[in-house]
Amino acid sequence: MKRIYSVFVENRPGVLCKVTGLFSRRFFNIDSLAVGETEDPGVSCITIVSSGHDRMIEQIEKQLNKKIDVIKVKTFDELSCVSRELMLCKVRYKKDNRREIMEICELVNAEIVDMSKNQMMIQICDSPERIKILLNLLQSISIVEVARTGTLALSKCLE
Amino acid sequence: MMTGADAIIKCLEAENVKVVFGYPGVAIAPFYNSILNSKIRSILVRTEQSAAHAASGYARISGKSCVCAVTSGPGATNVITGVATAYADSIPLICITGQVNSELIGSDVFQEADITGAVESFVKYSYLIKNVNDIPRVFKEAFFIANSGRKGPVLIDIPVDIQDAVINKFSYPAEIAMRTYKPTVKGHAVQIKKVIKELEKAKRPMICVGGGIHLSGGAEELIHFAERYRVPVVSTMMGIGAMPTRHPLYFGMVGNNGKNYANRAMNESDMLIMVGARVADRAMSQPDLIMANKVLIHIDVDTAEIGKNVGPSIPLVGDAKHIFNQLEEEKCECKHDEWVTALEHYRDTMKRIRTPNPGYVDPAVFIRRLSEKMAGDAIYVADVGQNQIWSCTYYVVREGRFLTTGGMGTMGYSIPAAMGAKAAAPKRQVVAVCGDGSFQMSMMELATIRQHDIPVKIIVLKNNYLGLVREFQHHVYQDKYSVVDLTGSPDLEKIAEAYGMDFIRLYNMDDSETAIGRFLAEDKSVLMECIIDPMDLVKT
Repeated sequence: MKRIYSVFVENRPGVLCKVTGLFSRRFFNIDSLAVGETEDPGVSCITIVSSGHDRMIEQIEKQLNKKIDVIKVKTFDELSCVSRELMLCKVRYKKDNRREIMEICELVNAEIVDMSKNQMMIQICDSPERIKILLNLLQSISIVEVARTGTLALSKCLE
Repeated sequence: MMTGADAIIKCLEAENVKVVFGYPGVAIAPFYNSILNSKIRSILVRTEQSAAHAASGYARISGKSCVCAVTSGPGATNVITGVATAYADSIPLICITGQVNSELIGSDVFQEADITGAVESFVKYSYLIKNVNDIPRVFKEAFFIANSGRKGPVLIDIPVDIQDAVINKFSYPAEIAMRTYKPTVKGHAVQIKKVIKELEKAKRPMICVGGGIHLSGGAEELIHFAERYRVPVVSTMMGIGAMPTRHPLYFGMVGNNGKNYANRAMNESDMLIMVGARVADRAMSQPDLIMANKVLIHIDVDTAEIGKNVGPSIPLVGDAKHIFNQLEEEKCECKHDEWVTALEHYRDTMKRIRTPNPGYVDPAVFIRRLSEKMAGDAIYVADVGQNQIWSCTYYVVREGRFLTTGGMGTMGYSIPAAMGAKAAAPKRQVVAVCGDGSFQMSMMELATIRQHDIPVKIIVLKNNYLGLVREFQHHVYQDKYSVVDLTGSPDLEKIAEAYGMDFIRLYNMDDSETAIGRFLAEDKSVLMECIIDPMDLVKT
């Protein structure tokens, strides 16, 4: 089962290490990780996607809450949140496939953000599933390199 | 003008610290210079690990956080095992480590170790102080964190230049301002009512207490509750002593090394109240199986322990003492005399009979006899190995305490922990019981005992083997012994003489009464060696 944890922590040096250390020490998986400041510069939000059985998921939340630098932990499944990732992907192109790449980008709502004579950089910000679709489509064209952020997520807006 | 080191001492004084166990070095030198201007007693141990164990013994007897202070690099890394032991046993320690000059941190200079990084999974919290003015706040927080909620060690790493820096203005904070740490102490009222309801329904209720009962100081409340509703009590290793061994409602230690009738009682109960116990493997090897046919109430101050190893029917977060007080206010008309009578029958009929070898000291009879002769409020510290299991099984606790490391199981714990206990309660009798393996892990502390006049008494159950491992190899590897022979060990009589201690050697049970009498007679350090059958087993 997949779970997304928004871990709000004191914005202090070493805190990220304590949180991720907890995962490795207790044999919990981290599928993805993203960190950034919140609206309060004293607070950072660490978004962790993890998977495991029920008891493990409960333990992760409890162990996170035990950490003294952790202010609060919100957990949700994929359905009850909006999740986004950002990917930058550099591909090599030739005259004959330039058009095709541009079409793919249009189809999935990706942008071309940089170009040279034979390379272009594609940017996409979307759900992890749709990023995977784009990546699959680009596999047939030659990919130079890829950089992806971890998943960011917020629970859906309340009525 | 006040330096950081002076400020640390002021903080310790504000926390009413009386003793610091430790080992100096250049990186903690300013601290050890400032402590000279204070009434705080500093005790020099002979290796840093012992500083943490001694602090553990002190904390367990005094109920307050105890301080150990060591230097950077190897001093700090040596203390880790002691800190990890305290963490596993939930003992409140403040561990101060010196650190190299803050400008040099990260450049791998002489005696530099990333100690806050290294101990991360063995401490409740740690600090690396970068500004001298943070000292008062950090110490205030550290003492609060260590001795509240689920107790545990807190490490404070202080670079030597911060200890030397001048602090602007010292004022020890009266209040704590931490938005992230608010331990739950009182139990949830709804859950409390549910527990009483279940207790009314239950036919065979049972309480199993762990180390948390001692940490909360709730032993009296536990006994009161058990007596009021006639609920039988068993304990884990860390819970031993919460109830006197011979209390009619106490049915011994559970687990793979516990009493068979205690395990049977727990299995047959239809309601089990776990109090301050982790339901770890040594107490319950197949928790889900044991829990299948019963209502489980899990009381623990640490939310994460509840449901970690077994899913409870009623989780109840809070401090054991508070919760028993809350339960006390509820009304319930139930007694479970029939069930208690059944358990008494188990206790009388299921006793394991040992067939001791008359050529040696029988650890079972010896420990029982010793405990009966010891002062009522004595403190008994068991080490790790066969000696620990025998101690757990045969020691008779009255009003005293039984200390051991049930969580980490660190060999060599008993002697330094006994030193700490004796320093906390100089008037009480303190006896450390170890094997010849564990003795040799801490025998350098005999010097500390002599130097600082901490008259603990030490018993070595000598069998010339790492007995528990040998026993394991006997059962699992058909007597193929590998690296368990302790040949080459020193003559303990000469060791005792070298450290100026009295010495008694006991070869068999014939003279045990007189020997024990001599051993306990005066409030001074005595080393007693008991020769036990090398082939003796804890499981027969």
